[in-house]
Amino acid sequence: MSATQQETLDEVLNLAAAQFKVPRESLAPDDDFFKKLGIDSLQALSLLTRLEHHFNIELPDYEMQGVSDFKTLAQRIQTRL
Amino acid sequence: MNEFHGQAVSWSIKDGVIELALRREPCNEIGSQSLAELERFTDALPELEQSASSIILYSDLRCGFCAGADLRELHRRSQEMAKTDAVSGVRQFLERTHHVMNTLDASPLTTVAAVHGIVFGGGLELALVCDIIIADKTARFCFPELRLGLIPGFGGIPRLRRDLGNAVVRDLLLTGRGFNATKAQQIGLVSQVVGEGEALRVARSTAEQIGKFDRQTSAAAKKFLKPLPHDQLRREIDIFCDLFTRPAVEAGLKKFVESTDTQPYLP
Repeated sequence: MSATQQETLDEVLNLAAAQFKVPRESLAPDDDFFKKLGIDSLQALSLLTRLEHHFNIELPDYEMQGVSDFKTLAQRIQTRL
Repeated sequence: MNEFHGQAVSWSIKDGVIELALRREPCNEIGSQSLAELERFTDALPELEQSASSIILYSDLRCGFCAGADLRELHRRSQEMAKTDAVSGVRQFLERTHHVMNTLDASPLTTVAAVHGIVFGGGLELALVCDIIIADKTARFCFPELRLGLIPGFGGIPRLRRDLGNAVVRDLLLTGRGFNATKAQQIGLVSQVVGEGEALRVARSTAEQIGKFDRQTSAAAKKFLKPLPHDQLRREIDIFCDLFTRPAVEAGLKKFVESTDTQPYLP
């Protein structure tokens, strides 16, 4: 994984931890964020919105269909940077 | 009635500003209770309008402004009736909803929607009746109706076509994709984007500014700028009811209502 991809993943994990008020160190790249954060789809959309603003990108919801781990989420973001 | 506190909405008037708050858990889904209380509001409007210059619509709930029509109630009711009765019931519901939306849209007062979080389907259609939409950065807008085999039924397409370019409307409708407040501002849907939790404060500040102007002049300007697309709104109800009879809609509603998918709101 390149440094940029790693940075993106780190930022995703930091933002998720901050938004849902969980310790950053409790989150791992392969975690299922629905289960790990205990969130539903509406909360996942709020995370998506926050990530779009942070990275200044558009990430259509349908590209998120089936994505449930931080690593894949970061990869989808990376393709838009 | 200058003040009302219902199960789904509440309103009050202060310093010439009417504030209508949505407050039905889980995310202000519009069903029969919400509609009845919104009708009560529009019935009270002629009297309220005498001492006001603007209306602010906002949500009291953390999840967002409004997640749209109450699909669970729609599904339950349609299951309880014969198909012809269900279509008739849906048509009646849409007629009543359009009456509320059109009354707000054409109100001589200036209307401001202060939105955050989820602004989906019928919730986006409710925001669209307002003259000014102020969104905080958490807002997410979406027309997910096509995944249920339907089109928006609360006046969404005619109002979007009135306010935005047709190409943008096609993109939003035909992909069902969500978009954030910044995008909404870029396409001309939202006029002001503000920080998280700031939409209502900015809406109040905007209403204060609106209150400085002569009411009749503001009403005349609004009437000139924002005609109601009556024919298209009528056509929308017809198309919605035609589509509603198709098996794909029943299947789509059933899938949504019975879904154990963690992502039912991700179109």
